[in-house]
Amino acid sequence: MCLSIPSKVVEVDENNMATVDTMGIKRHVSLDLMADEINIGDYILIHVGFAMNKIDEEEALQSLEVYREMLEAMEEQERRQVIESDDNCDSRGTV
Amino acid sequence: MSNRKQIQLSHGGGGEETNSLIHDLFYHHFSNDVLLAAEDAAVLEVKNKIAFTTDSFTVSPIFFNGGNIGKLAIAGTVNDLAMMGAKPLYLSSSFMIEEGFPFDDLETIVKAMAEELKHSGAKIVCGDTKVVPKGAVDQIFINTSGIGEIEKEGISANNLQEGDVIIVSGDVGRHGAAILMEREGLGISGNLQSDCATLWPAVQALIDANVTISAMRDATRGGLSAVLNEWAEQSAVCLEIKEASIPVDEAVQGICELFGFEAFDFANEGTCILAVPPEDAQIAIDALQKIDVTKKATIIGQVSMKKEGKVILHSAYGSSRYLDLPKGELLPRIC
Amino acid sequence: MSELQLKDLYDGFRDPDVIKALAQTITNEAKQLKEPLKIMEVCGGHTHTIMKYGLKQLLPDNIDFIHGPGCPVCIMPKERIDHAIALAQIEDAILLTLGDMIRVPGSTSSLALERAKGRDIRALYSPLDAIKIALENPDKKVIFFAIGFETTTPMTAALLEQVEKQGITNLYFHINHVLVPPAVDAIMADGQAKINAFIGPAHVSVISGAKIYQPLPKMYHAPVVVSGFEPIDVLQSILMIVRQKNEDRCEMEIQYSRSVTLEGNTKAQEMIAKFMEPREHFRWRGIGDIPHSALGLREQYAAYDAENIFADILPTEPIDDHKLCICGTILKGLAKPNDCKVFGTACTPNNPMGSCMVSSEGACNAYYRYGEV
Repeated sequence: MCLSIPSKVVEVDENNMATVDTMGIKRHVSLDLMADEINIGDYILIHVGFAMNKIDEEEALQSLEVYREMLEAMEEQERRQVIESDDNCDSRGTV
Repeated sequence: MSNRKQIQLSHGGGGEETNSLIHDLFYHHFSNDVLLAAEDAAVLEVKNKIAFTTDSFTVSPIFFNGGNIGKLAIAGTVNDLAMMGAKPLYLSSSFMIEEGFPFDDLETIVKAMAEELKHSGAKIVCGDTKVVPKGAVDQIFINTSGIGEIEKEGISANNLQEGDVIIVSGDVGRHGAAILMEREGLGISGNLQSDCATLWPAVQALIDANVTISAMRDATRGGLSAVLNEWAEQSAVCLEIKEASIPVDEAVQGICELFGFEAFDFANEGTCILAVPPEDAQIAIDALQKIDVTKKATIIGQVSMKKEGKVILHSAYGSSRYLDLPKGELLPRIC
Repeated sequence: MSELQLKDLYDGFRDPDVIKALAQTITNEAKQLKEPLKIMEVCGGHTHTIMKYGLKQLLPDNIDFIHGPGCPVCIMPKERIDHAIALAQIEDAILLTLGDMIRVPGSTSSLALERAKGRDIRALYSPLDAIKIALENPDKKVIFFAIGFETTTPMTAALLEQVEKQGITNLYFHINHVLVPPAVDAIMADGQAKINAFIGPAHVSVISGAKIYQPLPKMYHAPVVVSGFEPIDVLQSILMIVRQKNEDRCEMEIQYSRSVTLEGNTKAQEMIAKFMEPREHFRWRGIGDIPHSALGLREQYAAYDAENIFADILPTEPIDDHKLCICGTILKGLAKPNDCKVFGTACTPNNPMGSCMVSSEGACNAYYRYGEV
């Protein structure tokens, strides 16, 4: 019931209905619950045939950036650990 | 009243109208010596062991993106034979038609059947036509039975061995998802096409390449889940599947997201799954990828003894869960 | 910053490397927790994400989930499900509802069984479909059995708006919309479930705003993080909770910032308020009566109210669950589905004894579908 899917707006008609695309599947949804104007290209959350809200693209991109940075930091940490354990290797320098 | 010619009760009465229908439509499009001999039964000869199968087709809607009930009736039965390593040879075809059914639609269906037969070389050698009053069937039902000559023995759901590699011949769930999309009341549209297709050329390629096949099945009702679970139970083994390696078309994924389904529960009508010994896996993949209908063949998992009778789905990030048989009525009348 | 693609909104929040990284970070930082974390995820949708993606397997032993009552069909007592059945049995009625209600068991029957007997019962993908059905069947009584938390309530209100505007007179409403905060209060008042953190329902707060959770941290000394439904959303929310605990903070935070704001959808809130108001009493399965926890139609809309118009055929006696069914205890967070003696044996999605097994947001259904290895 809380099943709510992000979709992209591809068309808006004069009956306050929008056509949205979810990975190639198109549906008609009602914009009756939207106070703000909805435009083609907007990303919205759909629930039981209605647009529930407009997804904040800035926030979404920021979240994705946070995850990217986290991965980079972890990779950097792993790299350093490998170098350190190599530096501390007892057999280093011996032939 | 429609201007289109319609099938009447008299077309199934056995008299002149029936004869016309049979000659002008069925004999014309399915033409071959045995059929045209028009005897009470077809006289056939085979050299080896045969495989014999039957299937009835009640799919709704009868015309869908990627095919129709006729194409399905041929591909479905031909594939059942192919999955046993049998070359599809002879089919029967019975039609149960609701009075008032448009003649043009029947012709489209019959033409599609003739076209589909070419992919395996099988022939329709006998048949039957019944026309029933309005409401007795929903538009048209078709039954096809088929005989094939076994060219490769030993393929069985009881034969899976520890170490066998599981291969899927293409992306999963397209037929079920395509039918779901055509159903009224969902208000969705898209370009998703059923994967309805004849698999015999792919099986022929595997036989020619001398691949040992433990088990092989086309994943119809119940999808990939049903086949994997049946194998796990019948061979008393564990199937360990890598979730990320199961190919799924983007639009199928879209439908699954929208309705909360899983692609591996949806039916396929032109996609099969095989279990082969590890040393034959790459040969099998190479052979399948050269054939158009199985060009996306890929390895999805392996047989182990971890938990007999169960299918385990491994995620790409370290967690696992059981992949169980789909429950409840997912979709009625998909084939 | 690059342009957002639709795929990013799915795949970007399911990236396996990020999942692994988050799980590792949580495991490291959870070592400093002074006491084990008992997080209640209120919403059934979150329970499903946790089970489907096997998130418990990636987390340390000192983090446990307590499943909450966030399944609007699961919390309805049998007598209210019997209401739906009674309405469907009216001679010239067409009963409409959302999919999940169809197979839920009442005391002696279910809508699915009644449909098999020939009653006109239809599952809608959207409440707006009710209008077409009402217009096509002017001589029938078309009754919409409305269910759902705050997420689904505005859609019923929008339907009412259209019905009023178009002057439709044969469409009636049986309202079973319920509210999250009173349910959480009731569970915490009970005191038995030792919850010390919450994952807040997100789509509820898309409508009502995260402001509805603001009192919770202070009242229950438990951090609340409003989380999205993808596995990365849930894991990030758990990390935020772990950090709050380790930093001795106790706040309401929004993880699902791409869709949740403090204010929510004010137009939707106004529409709900126009047509509905909180009921004095409403019995919740397992929990009992929670005052002001459910909505009913305002008096001026009594002409649309099925509970009013068809009162004489609606049962009033409370009906208890089967004595082996522990749905009520599970909804209160005091048991898990696999603690139930009939889980997976006498009670399965095909043969459910309680709604938790058959609803797409029920905990038992999630455990059954995504059984852990």
